Amino acid sequence: MAKTLVEKILSQKTGQDVSAGDLIITLADIAFAQDGTGPLTIKQLESLGFHKLANPEKTFFFLDHAAPSPRAELARDHITIREFARKTGAKVSEVGMGISHQIMVESFVNPGDVVLGADSHTVTSGGLGAFATGMGSTDIAVAMALGKTWLRVPETFRVTVTGKFPAGIFAKDLILHLIGKIGADGANYMVLEFGGRTVDGMSASERFTIASMSVEAGGKAGLFPADNITRVYLEERGRGEKFKSLKADPGAIYQRQIKITVDGLEPTVSQPHSVDNIALAKDLSKVKVDQIFLGSCTNGRLEDFAVAAKILTQNKCHPDVRLLVAPASRDVYMDVLKAGFLNTFIEAGATILPPGCGACVGVHQGVLADNEVCLSTSNRNFKGRMGNPKGFIYLGSPATAAATSLTGRITDPREFL
Amino acid sequence: MKLKGRVWKFRDNISTDDIAPGRYFHLRSNLPELAKHALEGENAVFASRVKAGDFIAAGENFGLGSSREHAPAILKLLGVRAILAPSFARIFFRNAINLGIPLLITETASIDEGDELEVNLTTGEIKNLTRDSVLKTQKIPPFMLEILKAGGLISYLAKNKDFKIPG
Ligand code: SF4
Repeated sequence: MAKTLVEKILSQKTGQDVSAGDLIITLADIAFAQDGTGPLTIKQLESLGFHKLANPEKTFFFLDHAAPSPRAELARDHITIREFARKTGAKVSEVGMGISHQIMVESFVNPGDVVLGADSHTVTSGGLGAFATGMGSTDIAVAMALGKTWLRVPETFRVTVTGKFPAGIFAKDLILHLIGKIGADGANYMVLEFGGRTVDGMSASERFTIASMSVEAGGKAGLFPADNITRVYLEERGRGEKFKSLKADPGAIYQRQIKITVDGLEPTVSQPHSVDNIALAKDLSKVKVDQIFLGSCTNGRLEDFAVAAKILTQNKCHPDVRLLVAPASRDVYMDVLKAGFLNTFIEAGATILPPGCGACVGVHQGVLADNEVCLSTSNRNFKGRMGNPKGFIYLGSPATAAATSLTGRITDPREFL
Repeated sequence: MKLKGRVWKFRDNISTDDIAPGRYFHLRSNLPELAKHALEGENAVFASRVKAGDFIAAGENFGLGSSREHAPAILKLLGVRAILAPSFARIFFRNAINLGIPLLITETASIDEGDELEVNLTTGEIKNLTRDSVLKTQKIPPFMLEILKAGGLISYLAKNKDFKIPG
């Protein structure tokens, strides 16, 4: 029978012919947690009475959310993780190495893999044609102990994208536009599967941006085909031999479908306090901004910084704004450094944060004051997300973030092209 | 099994950032302290006044966002006996069941803060004693029910040692 991408991946993984609605047990290729979810994962592993991990070399803990630690309690959590890893052989990605999801795609995930992470943005790896989904600490503890998990094979919401991105419009605008259309629960329990001409031409980095935000529509995963772009990406990262081609079959059964053309898209922004509360950047020019965050697993890669650097070159941030820049990983940091973008950012007045989650989750490095407004390239603008329920968060593309840094008000980046 | 309790009412789209706010990230390994801040941005007295056996009745898409299991864990710690909503976000749904917290998928528009409910976990029937009305619930998948009945995934696995897919 014709299969969706997720049906194909899970059929190959389980060696059975599975389709949407089936309850399955599947092996996990990778299981991981981060410093916010890791300590509870460890606690649950201990209450399971398992003293051995199924695959220590495929079990990871990332110190990325509160890194370097802003508080003694969190430094203690980091120690809990390091001690556990030492005992069990799990791998620790240390402070300053970067965000789990970025390191996953850079170094570990291959097409067709099943990736389970105790972090909702685990879906980012769907950009490489892997079934990657976020779970809680207990599920991940079980996955680490047994090397498998149970799943209901999800139905699929197919998104077919056509057209050519106009100047100043990016993958981030597309995914914000889509979430605005289908709502924050529009793909609840489903896989968002992306395809179409425009997707065929998208870079791996753009695919990660879109995949990472599939959870913002409730998606269990955001899947892209594994194609020539994927192959080249894996080759560049030194694991070309892991490539295998994967795509949905023609005639696969979709629960929902939507067609989007990017031709007429405009710079899109999501407004407080919900990701599906969408507006156009040009209609928000009255909104004064105090802080701009350029980074996160959604938009903290070299391509994102290249776009921002182009707008910021020879320019200065508005005196009333703070621009915070956080590379998603140490590799991205090196690339941004070599490309000269760090100079551009620093000359423009930016503060460079260490690789990691930075200001995204409200733990450190850019907590908002009451009534302050932030324009962020991250993926969530829930009330309190940046550490203060009285703060206001808007989400936009790196181009919109850079343009906004120059004017101090939410700005359509096409003004600076 | 029948449960009786009082309702705390919340809006649509309550996120795990609302339930377990990120600004208390450092309390995640100290659940009793973190629990003192549960839902504080939505209802300042909830955490201090909620009683063991109370219910939460919320709107659509309860528990969206971050995968932090600390969110359902602190609601459990505070004594919340079951959560009622027309829909739940996916990760929260799994997390709550894994911790043994009953979730009831039901319309909640007719329920008000302070209403007294009688919930029959076996049949899924909900009686609103304050309003003298009856609400129906949608069944949760049988395998999840097994986990719930065992008291959560950890105790399920203690009994079963491995996953067994029913049927
Ligand atoms: S960057 Fe933000 S969204 Fe991404 S993993 Fe870190 S905290 Fe989560």
